[in-house]
Amino acid sequence: MTSAMAVSILMTLIAASTPLLLASLGELVAEKAGVLNLGVEGMMLCGAVAGFAIAFSSGSTTLGLVAAILAGIAASMIFAVLALSLGANQVATGLALTIFGIGASSLIGAGFVGRTVERLGPIFPAALSEHPVLRVVFGQDILVYLSLVLVVGVGYFLRRTRAGLILRAVGENDASAHAIGYPVLAIRYAAVAFGGALAGLGGAYFSLALTPMWADRLTAGRGWIALALVVFSAWKPGRLLLGAYLFGAVMTLELQAKAAGIGWIAPEFLAMAPYLATIAVLTMMSLGRRTGRLDAPACLGKPFSAS
Amino acid sequence: MTSIITRRRLTFGAAAASTLPILGRGASAQSPLGIGFIYVGPIGDHGYSWTHDQGRLALEKEYGAKVKTSFIENVAEGPDAARALRQLAQAGNQLIFATSFGFMNPTIQVAKQFPKIKFEHATGYMRAENVATYDARFYEGRAVIGTIAGHMSKTGQAGYVASFPIPEVVMGINAFHLAARKVNPNFKTKVVWCSTWYDPAKEADAAKALIDQGADMITQHTDSAAPLQAAEQRGVFAFGQASDMKAFAPKAHLSAIVDDWSGYYIKRVKEVMDGTWKTGAVWGGIKDGFVKLAPYNDAVTPEARKAADEVTKAIAAGTLHPFTGELKDQKGEVRVKAGEHATDEILSKMDWYVDGIQA
Repeated sequence: MTSAMAVSILMTLIAASTPLLLASLGELVAEKAGVLNLGVEGMMLCGAVAGFAIAFSSGSTTLGLVAAILAGIAASMIFAVLALSLGANQVATGLALTIFGIGASSLIGAGFVGRTVERLGPIFPAALSEHPVLRVVFGQDILVYLSLVLVVGVGYFLRRTRAGLILRAVGENDASAHAIGYPVLAIRYAAVAFGGALAGLGGAYFSLALTPMWADRLTAGRGWIALALVVFSAWKPGRLLLGAYLFGAVMTLELQAKAAGIGWIAPEFLAMAPYLATIAVLTMMSLGRRTGRLDAPACLGKPFSAS
Repeated sequence: MTSIITRRRLTFGAAAASTLPILGRGASAQSPLGIGFIYVGPIGDHGYSWTHDQGRLALEKEYGAKVKTSFIENVAEGPDAARALRQLAQAGNQLIFATSFGFMNPTIQVAKQFPKIKFEHATGYMRAENVATYDARFYEGRAVIGTIAGHMSKTGQAGYVASFPIPEVVMGINAFHLAARKVNPNFKTKVVWCSTWYDPAKEADAAKALIDQGADMITQHTDSAAPLQAAEQRGVFAFGQASDMKAFAPKAHLSAIVDDWSGYYIKRVKEVMDGTWKTGAVWGGIKDGFVKLAPYNDAVTPEARKAADEVTKAIAAGTLHPFTGELKDQKGEVRVKAGEHATDEILSKMDWYVDGIQA
């Protein structure tokens, strides 16, 4: 394998991993606050279509990204009102949000089918971003760097800050957090909104960076992988980064192996590999702890009312 | 019935009628002919399902108030298809088009329950008194783009983004490759199976993987325009699938195989109106207008252009068959004898590759 090919494969790998990382990082924060939002796929599609529509209409990719964030938040607020304020079942509400997102994005996107926008480009000058080797580091678009910064930021926030501690308290024991005076619902709203914003950005990564177009169900189920990654990571941002890049690597290498005609390893096996890894990791975690709850926030998915 | 709004309202009207069976209309001489469609993908895919929907719109344009069309999109292949077909049948449609291969068994099953309704199944092989099949010889179009690829490729390698190894896809790969090999005897075609008809990001990554491996011509048998965008980004050439996809890749898009079902749909609806509809199997190609080529890109060299036009004309005239012997599979077994050409029987069961294909 030549170095040019290795660089090219790495570029594809990073691009495939980034939307997974963004969406799952947002979901991780929401789940840390005790909210299980299964609507990631729906929020991603809302972000994808809003990002594309605004980028296409205004000619500005930056505005598109802002729109994607707002659309993701808007979609997540539908979930928040139903599941948090009204106490609806979170699993059912999240699934409904995904189905809603598929339909709504298809409706909004109907007028944009067959159009294309300029691809989200690298942020560094061409001398760096088009360098044959250094482009792995400097040739990425802004969302790649943002996703990595956010991993560090979220990790620091959850582990090292008082606000992060409070968010985790709300997720671990909502009644106690309420008893000592923290606004449980407000904190959960904020966490869900953060999740929506990142899911929206993750969706926009498809419609603005990977495949700059709008087509129905553009994200093709990546939201579900993002959900699985949160469990895979045991709710730890560092391990989430590892998991997202592992999934991205396997998705990319599966195709590369097929293109290279590598016969000794069945491509079907490579396609299964990330899911086998997920099962293996989950099994190891539950064997190690014997808690049977895999480090999940204790109040995950439970409705809370202040009465 | 020419305005879009009217059409949409009627589409919804048909759906509403199906949920309220008591309001379902009986067929009468005055009422418009109800025609239903089920699509495997979204009509917004700008690919295969979209081309069928263009056929539906052509019907409305041709017959106006004499027909009333409705459709259900995103129908999963399997039990869901039976439900969708039954819904269209109960809504009073008299002719129903099931437009994907995987709808075959549900179509046969539902057709038995509604013997008076006529069904048309695309790309299948099971027929009944009231179930006809129709298909397009896409491989003829693939022979034309293969000719262009053979002339234009500098690396002598094409990348093929494929869905599933079913005969339809396998014959497309062989047709493309054989045509390219006629121009360049050392031509190689590498295939990546995506195991999906539609996943834009994966299709794009598959195209990138093929480009990394040295392909400078990308062609596809999946439904999104993503591989073309990947080709455009990497500065290689590509061919559109099912419809003209130039908008997605103005530089890379050399041509496209365009499906055109409208002629067949208009003809079959006429036959239902006249009471002359009969079951049967139609497999139309370039000659019948089922398969067309999108206008060539300016980048297509005069030499490639001329060769492609010649192949198109020869196929339409019947003087050239893309599968003319002698053809051997990769184990060396002769599949089509010298001087003969592959029968439709051989084509519809094709599960072997000719030399030079890496699948």
